[in-house]
Amino acid sequence: MVGIVSYGAHIPRFRMDRNIMQLALLFLGLAPLRGEKAVANWDEDSITMAVAAAKDCLGGQESIHVDGLYFATTSPTYSLRQNAGIIAAALDIGSATRTMDFTDSAKAGTSALLSAADAIEAGSCNCCLVSASDCRVSKVGSSIDYIYGDGAAAFLVGKEDIIASLDGSFSTTHDFVDRRRLEGERLEHIWEERFIREEGYMKLIPEAVEGLIKKYALNIKDFSKVLYACSFPPVHSALAKILGLNPEQVQDPLLMTVGDTGAAHPLMMLVAALEEARPGDRIMVISFGQGCDAFYLTVTENISRIKDKKGVKRNLTNKAPLGSYEKYLAFRKLMPVEVGIRGEEMIFTSFSIVSRDNRELYGMVGSRCIKCGTPCWPAQRICPNPDCGAIDKMEPYRFANKTGRIFTYTSDFLAPSIDPPASYGFIDFEGGGRAGLDFTDCDANSLKVGMPVELSFRIKYSDEKRAAVNYGWKAVPIVS
Amino acid sequence: MAEGIKDKVAIIGMGCTRFGERFDAGPQDLMVEAFVECMEDAGIEKKDIQAAWWGVHMPDISVGRGATVLGTTLKLPFIPITRVENYCATGSEALRGAVYAVASGAYDICLALGMEKLKDTGYGGLPLAGGMGYKSPLYSVNRTAPGEFAMMATKYFSQYNISPQDGKLMLAKVSAKSHKNGAINPKAHLRKEVTVEQIINAPIIAWPLGLFDCCGVSDGAAAAIVCRADMAKSFRPDPVYVKALQIAVSSGEEVLYTKWDGSHVEAAYRAGIAAYKEAGIKNPREEVSMAEVHDCFSITEAVTMEDLQFSPRGRVKEDIEAGRFNADGPQPIQIDGGLKCFGHPIGASGLRMMYEMYKQLQGKAGNRQLKNPKIGLTHNMGGFPSVNIVSVCIVGN
Repeated sequence: MVGIVSYGAHIPRFRMDRNIMQLALLFLGLAPLRGEKAVANWDEDSITMAVAAAKDCLGGQESIHVDGLYFATTSPTYSLRQNAGIIAAALDIGSATRTMDFTDSAKAGTSALLSAADAIEAGSCNCCLVSASDCRVSKVGSSIDYIYGDGAAAFLVGKEDIIASLDGSFSTTHDFVDRRRLEGERLEHIWEERFIREEGYMKLIPEAVEGLIKKYALNIKDFSKVLYACSFPPVHSALAKILGLNPEQVQDPLLMTVGDTGAAHPLMMLVAALEEARPGDRIMVISFGQGCDAFYLTVTENISRIKDKKGVKRNLTNKAPLGSYEKYLAFRKLMPVEVGIRGEEMIFTSFSIVSRDNRELYGMVGSRCIKCGTPCWPAQRICPNPDCGAIDKMEPYRFANKTGRIFTYTSDFLAPSIDPPASYGFIDFEGGGRAGLDFTDCDANSLKVGMPVELSFRIKYSDEKRAAVNYGWKAVPIVS
Repeated sequence: MAEGIKDKVAIIGMGCTRFGERFDAGPQDLMVEAFVECMEDAGIEKKDIQAAWWGVHMPDISVGRGATVLGTTLKLPFIPITRVENYCATGSEALRGAVYAVASGAYDICLALGMEKLKDTGYGGLPLAGGMGYKSPLYSVNRTAPGEFAMMATKYFSQYNISPQDGKLMLAKVSAKSHKNGAINPKAHLRKEVTVEQIINAPIIAWPLGLFDCCGVSDGAAAAIVCRADMAKSFRPDPVYVKALQIAVSSGEEVLYTKWDGSHVEAAYRAGIAAYKEAGIKNPREEVSMAEVHDCFSITEAVTMEDLQFSPRGRVKEDIEAGRFNADGPQPIQIDGGLKCFGHPIGASGLRMMYEMYKQLQGKAGNRQLKNPKIGLTHNMGGFPSVNIVSVCIVGN
């Protein structure tokens, strides 16, 4: 039986209180909703968040052979150079993997999940990782500027040890033009909200639910949770009534805590639903974006096996306030920021190096000496242990999943950064090895020698001249 | 059997420009300024120079690569010239080339000249040299020199259980001393005394280092004429003799292997041991009269006192508090103001350090003159605490 083997999620640490947005944007009118939204750090994008969710999903199950990786987003970093390929490199899942980007619609996440299930059903894939992520930018002060948040969800889809079986699906397509963005544009356009509500959500979601129920002869009352994507809280509540749902059947749409996370949105809700689910529970999922994907799952006994996930729950509690709307604009490059003449120094990106060192840079795979066991990153040909010095006796050794402790650190106001000071230091890894790494998602004043850290895949820099966004692993203090 | 360099080569002339933000002078102006003083001091003619070593660390922002700029600027008549570069130890590397060439017997008289023109970048601090070439942006952290050395302060404080407040106070005393020395040096870049309070309260550059924990970023040049020791007295009555000239380079084990404690510079310790052996120095704390060390940051000077065995490990704080390294102390350090206040035009710094030792040993250091120094030491470091090049040179009468 095809189903979900594991799940994971990522919610960026920064949250912005919509009242802060309101203060900055009051001259344009009132905020369409309150609460807070999750804001990606300056070094996060759809790719890095997808990696974070996938890392959470694969945690403790690294030995599973993943032979498919589907990435879903409406905010791809590259439109030529497969984003899923970068994610596969970061996860070091090997080259014998089918990778694909699903994009252009907020239902891309559910479409990727259903396609993964189909590939497994067909026998062309054994175990497929689906990661959906969005980090969208919109016009300053627009309703979607308030509504959208950043986040990611990931699922491992397979046949063995499933925690929820994928029992059926029904999809629709409508060239319903609520939001759009032309090739080359950064910011979304959105049509009138009343139209989206009446002709979009209120008609297309019930249509998909009815289609699914009819197709599989189900009853809406059979579902312990129904989760459906919707940008607007009042419309979300109104839909519950239209669909005939009891309040306890309705999954929280995360709009007041995270925001609408686009392609990731229904899948993040599914992660949250699975976190509370019990064996036998039935969950229905409906996405929305120029039509809908509707599908349903049945939770198995294996659900109790899932432990130590950050998921949605733990990610929701790990947060820091982003106290300034201007900082958000700077993070998303919606406002030119002075980073000093030093920061204008030209970076040159050599793609032959990016390709040659791909496993080292993106997979954080170093070397370990077979003779004396010394691990190193970057990889070495000659063992640095002065009592060993073995030549070419190295095996690949991956650091990305290791934790470590801060050996020493600094917080640097001279280094050009959009969010100074730039904190960095040396990390001594559990199991050996030491590396100098940038730190991220940390409060400079809280850093201490000996503090435990984990690694996170992040943007290192952008080189617009050469169409390059480059990535690497950074250290993040572990939040207990 | 190798004999080492002791007493084989003498310095018979030196020149050093005023260091500073020399917006008035281009790189060639600085080279000529140092060269003219050096030649007048040596009392030789251009035709006497048989070979030259030319040091510049960041030629891509000033004069370009290769040795031609030295030949064409000074109009040296088709002599052999070698350009050397070894991070911030470039000046010492140029001197080392000239000294070893004379010691080999290949030449009688050689020139070493180092220059750096940094203030055409438009920003404070050093341009990052891109230690890994095109690999740098891919692999390196978003770091600066102050940050790299700040990490040694963080680790030093942690290892020896010094609170950040006490640690910053210790470092402030290092900088206050150098400012006092630099204030009376007419060639120094930063000529202002600052109080310990000002230093502690200055803006942070890279925690825990503040503005006054960092050396000046300067333009300047310095030069030396060296010759066979046995002919030195025919040029002047007071030549200065090279007693040791050592250099040690990281093996990579500091970062790649995890035994390094992060609160000392291994290459400095090793270069010191090698230089003391070459010069026949048994007790550096007692025998070295004075030193110019690579105080790019206050923490570097503090740790260097331990690496060079002037202070016991982990106990430099006591010596700093006792004023041991002040101008009127038993072992004056940075009597000319150091990198801190004389400034740090990278390619020139190793030769600038030697310029002060040379003048002090000749009794020609003016209002900075120490009483009867016998042995002077220069410590010139390139790179970061985690991976570096350290040169230690010892000179005497």
